[in-house]
This record gives sequence, C-alpha cells and structure tokens, in this order.
Amino acid sequence: MSAPRAIVIGCSAGGMRALKEVLSKLRSDVGAPILAVCHTGSEDVTTLCELIGASSTVPVREARERCRAHDNTVYIAPGGYHLLVEYGGRMSLSVDERVAFARPAIDVLFESAADVYGHELVGIVMTGANHDGAQGLLRIRQRRGIAIVQEPLDAEASAMPQAALDLAGADHCVPLRDIAPLLNRLCER
Amino acid sequence: MARTDIEDIEVELFQRALLARHGYDFGGYAPASFRRRVLNLASSLGCGSVGELTSRMLREDALLPNVIAGLSVPVSEMFRNPSTFRALRTEVFPILGSYPLINIWQAGCAFGQEVYSLAILLEEAGLYDRCQIYATDFSDAALARAQEGIFPARDARQYSENYLAAGGKRSLSDYCHARYDFMKLDDRLRRNVTFANHNLVCDGVFCEAHLILCRNVLIYFSDALQDHVLALFRDSLVRNGFLCLGNRENIDFAPAGRDFAAVDAAARIFRKNAGNG
Ligand SMILES: C[S@@+](CC[C@H](N)C(=O)[O-])C[C@H]1O[C@@H](n2cnc3c(N)ncnc32)[C@H](O)[C@@H]1O
Repeated sequence: MSAPRAIVIGCSAGGMRALKEVLSKLRSDVGAPILAVCHTGSEDVTTLCELIGASSTVPVREARERCRAHDNTVYIAPGGYHLLVEYGGRMSLSVDERVAFARPAIDVLFESAADVYGHELVGIVMTGANHDGAQGLLRIRQRRGIAIVQEPLDAEASAMPQAALDLAGADHCVPLRDIAPLLNRLCER
Repeated sequence: MARTDIEDIEVELFQRALLARHGYDFGGYAPASFRRRVLNLASSLGCGSVGELTSRMLREDALLPNVIAGLSVPVSEMFRNPSTFRALRTEVFPILGSYPLINIWQAGCAFGQEVYSLAILLEEAGLYDRCQIYATDFSDAALARAQEGIFPARDARQYSENYLAAGGKRSLSDYCHARYDFMKLDDRLRRNVTFANHNLVCDGVFCEAHLILCRNVLIYFSDALQDHVLALFRDSLVRNGFLCLGNRENIDFAPAGRDFAAVDAAARIFRKNAGNG
C-alpha cells in the first residue's frame, strides 16, 4: 500500500476533543492534506480552529473555496457549507440541501474525496450522535480507500461510528488513542 | 473503481446532451457539486443510472423543467447570514439613498427568500418606493415559487431570528400572514419587484444597477465562469456600484475580481472600482 494522498475526517458530538487528540499526536510530515468536517452548529469555525490548532502538530485552518489543500495542513469545513474536493486537489463549497440533517455533511466531503483520490485516500469516522459519514465511508471503501472507524464503545457518542461500521465496515476499528499512531504508520514513506 | 469511472463518463455525456439538445451549458460548473446534483437528480426521477436520465431527457421534452429545477437546488433562507444584511443596511443603504432612483439586481434569487428580506429592509429604511428590484434566476420553477412568496411555517422561527439579528425594526410577522402550515409574505413587498428568467452563463447586461446581490451562486462555478459573471456584474453596475456575494466566496482567482474593492470584507460587500466606468 502506498502512502495516502489525502486524509478525510468526520466527527460530530464530542468531535472537538477527538480531533484535538488525533491532531496533537500526528506526525508533522504526513505528506497529505487533512480535510475535516466537525458538526458544531456554529457558523464560525475560527474558534474551533484555534482550539484544535493550539495543540496540533500541523496548522489548522478554515477551508477556503477555490484554494488548494496543501500537504501537512488541516482544513475544517466552514459552518453552513458543504466542503468538497475537486480533481487536482482544490476545495469547493456548496450550500446544497443538508445531508443526514447536516451541512457541512461528512458524506459530501467523503464522497467527493473518494472520487478524486480513490484508493489513495484514508477516511476516518469518529464520535457522533447521528449517521452522517456512513454513506461516505462506504464510497471510500468501494473505491478501495482505507476506512478507519473509532470503536463505538470508546466514543463519546457511539451512534455515528456504529452506523459507519454497520453500513460500510472498516479496515481498522480502533480506540481514539490508537488513531494517530495508526495514521502515522500509514503515512510512512 | 470501474463503477465510478463509468459515472464520470455518464455525467460528462449528460452535460453534453443537455447542451446539444436544450442549449443549457453546465460546462463551467464546478465538477464535484455538479456531479452530486446529477446523481441525485437521476435517482429522484427514478432513473437507475445517469445514462438512463440522459436518454429520457433527450426524448421527453417535458422533463426539461424538472432537470433544470433539479440542477438548480434553490436552497436559501430569509436574512441568511444576518450580519450581511445588517451591513447592507448600515453601510450601503445610506449611499443608495443619495440616488433618486435605485436599481437593484438580485441574481440567483431561488425561492425569493432574499428578495423579500431586502424589500423589508428597504421599506424600513424608507427607500423602497424609489427602488426597482430585478430578481432573476435561470429556473422557472424557482421563479414561480419566488413570485408566490410562500414559505413553510416551520422556517418562520429561524427567519424571525435572522430578521432581528439583521437589525429589523419591527417583527417579521408584521410582513406576513400565517396560514396553516405556511407563511405568506405581504404582496405589497413585491410591488417594485420584477421577476425574470436570466441565465448568468449566457445572458447579458439588462440594467444599470446600483447594487447587485448574488450570494452563493458563483460558488458553483469554475474560475473561468466566475470570472465571466463578475465581468457581467462589473458592466451592469453604475460607477461605484455595490456587489454583495455569499459569506464564504473567494474572488481572488478571477481577473475581473480586481475590478472590485472590498468595502466590508467579512460581509463580502464590494464596490466597483472608480476606474471602471
Ligand atoms: C444556493 S441558491 C442561492 C440562493 C440565495 N442567493 C442565497 O444565498 O440564499 C443558488 C441559486 O442560483 C441559481 N442559479 C444557478 N445557476 C444559475 C445560472 N446559470 N443563472 C442564474 N441562476 C442560477 C439556482 O437556480 C439557485 O436558485
């Protein structure tokens, strides 16, 4: 397996702590952009970026439409917009209907990333109280990308990782503390 | 793998067929969201594949309005991003007030949520009677809905909160009638509004506007089409005219973006540069 060209992460209830945990232990040279949807209900993700960025090994920014997603940088979907990736690795936004009651929706990000990166993509579903991300993870697996799901019993809210496992299954189902080490291994070049 | 690659080809063929058969050009739309919409449209019309949708669209002319309605996705809100409407009221309206007649173009009006929002704030600022508002979209289905001004009652609370956050002076209920599951906006709000079909891809300048409001439409366009439409807006605006875009839009990649200067960057309110006529 070659090192991934992109990493996508989805989380909801309890997601901020989970993201913080993963990003504080990530190697700073993952060699891929990291795109994340974290449902917060707030329009403004600046604070979220700052909170997570404070302990992250890589810079954390709000995703800006039309900009390229650079390696070793985390991009958080802005509130109220779906985040998508285009061929060539630039980011785009949409205000299409909510998916699984959410906008941004994890499914939308995951499906577009799966189309662009195919088997060179890692998708991670973590804690959350709904079922967003399951459909997206399924698409990632159909395109032979790698699916990581946080162990539902380990998650602050188990519904989302459980829904992902039920629909898509996973290549790795691990507790939160093992996600960063796993990613670090997958990203070894 | 193979499956998705077939879908890519099907989406491309669909797009070409829509252009060749009906003259609608979606070639300049950002591929990722366009693809999603086409796949959703196919499944909502009961087609097993995009290929099937294409062949039905080629033969059933009656399907075209559904196709355009499905690709347009007129998702909106009254006073969406209230801070933008507040900024329009405090920063733009005072300057508009210096003109004897005010032309406003709202492009991509969806179901009209924004045009009614604008009308209410213009009334409260005492400017409405001097305004001519053009509300345009390329979807006839959306325009018909916009003309009715009827929205689901379940959205009323959100709209009211937005209205107050935007600096509304009264209560949103003063401008609408509640009817069972619906709210209907006051007909009087429409007295200076002209609804018209205008396709930003291929239609040209039709008015001299003092303010153009086009929010969350260009995000669906590739760089080249975004640039084309920004040039259209520049050419439609009076000297120093205002342009208001969606809160997360980025015009840094469009050469025509340089013809505008930010007045309130956070609210995405720009002014046409003086040097551009
Ligand atoms: C997401 S809605 C935006 C609604 C509203 N401006 C807002 O921000 O809430 C996008 C609208 O743009 C319209 N649209 C898309 N492509 C267009 C085109 N080529 N010409 C005119 N309108 C278009 C769609 O029909 C839809 O109503």
